[in-house]
Amino acid sequence: MELLEVKNLSKSFDKKKVLRDVNLTVSSGRIVGLLGKNGAGKTTLIKLINDLLTPTEGEIFVKGEKIGVNSKKIISYLPERTYLNKQMKVSEVIEFFEDFYDNFDPKKAKRLLKDLDLDINQKLSKMSKGMQEKVQLVLVMSRNADLYILDEPLGGVDPATREYILDTILSNFDEGASVIISTHLISDIERILDEVVFIDNGKIVLQSDADKLRNKEKSSIDEIFRRMFKC
Amino acid sequence: MDFVFDNNVPIYIQVLEYLKIYLISGTFKCGDKLPSVRDFATTFKVNPNTMQKALAELETMNLIYTERTNGKYVTKDIKLIEKLKDEYAITLAKSYFSGMKRIGLGKADSIKYLEGIDE
Repeated sequence: MELLEVKNLSKSFDKKKVLRDVNLTVSSGRIVGLLGKNGAGKTTLIKLINDLLTPTEGEIFVKGEKIGVNSKKIISYLPERTYLNKQMKVSEVIEFFEDFYDNFDPKKAKRLLKDLDLDINQKLSKMSKGMQEKVQLVLVMSRNADLYILDEPLGGVDPATREYILDTILSNFDEGASVIISTHLISDIERILDEVVFIDNGKIVLQSDADKLRNKEKSSIDEIFRRMFKC
Repeated sequence: MDFVFDNNVPIYIQVLEYLKIYLISGTFKCGDKLPSVRDFATTFKVNPNTMQKALAELETMNLIYTERTNGKYVTKDIKLIEKLKDEYAITLAKSYFSGMKRIGLGKADSIKYLEGIDE
């Protein structure tokens, strides 16, 4: 049974088609890069998988079951924008997550925050954007989930911190779990990817094993992407 | 040690090269137990599946073996490691000579240059 199956998924906002007949399968233990230009449909697809939007057509299954309450328990989702109350201290957010998610590991969260030199007594509103993003990522990676979905986890952080964030992702996802990472910062991320999915204009135009694709095209994923989507 | 990867080449092939050097240089010796796939992946900062693929390749070459439920070990056959070292050295030497050839220097001259270099 596949971890995630997206079948014939389409989504329209009013008359505008944002996703067109998307089919996607993700197995356990994979790190998948969801790569596409701005406005290609990455975030819409991710929101649909998280059951935050209703499909116009098609279905989504997680571990063979149609998405809903159960899939939310086993998917840990990092949204593009933070939804946390910025008046809260980090320690309060940790308690909030502890109340909310059975599979949240507060010890792990505290350890990772310490590694990143973040003060748990600080209010989110007093932190820089990059620091807030780190807090959010730590919270998401501290859940023992089956599927981690990270929407643009590198957007607002500097290149040095990007490295650290990638390492955090690599060393903290559970064995057997999968990670879907959406980004347009391909060169930063491609070394950790098993699989790449290119999405363009609401359609999946390519799904491949990352190393096989490099071998076939004799170039980096970043380069292949640039060539394919040249403006 | 920081591992630098060229995104133009499959990552598992580059990991494999690093692993071969570990074996040749004796970082891991004959019969040594290797770190787990996951620990290795953390060290190299690559995906565990990529690591697994590189190790599987090494196993196909009989340079390491898996003891069921117990992990992976370096081969006990020193000859295999020596052969690997020999092949690696030849490749390096060839690439040196071909570089020298490009600037018009033959084998004898190239060797003279080598002798002139202090280690």
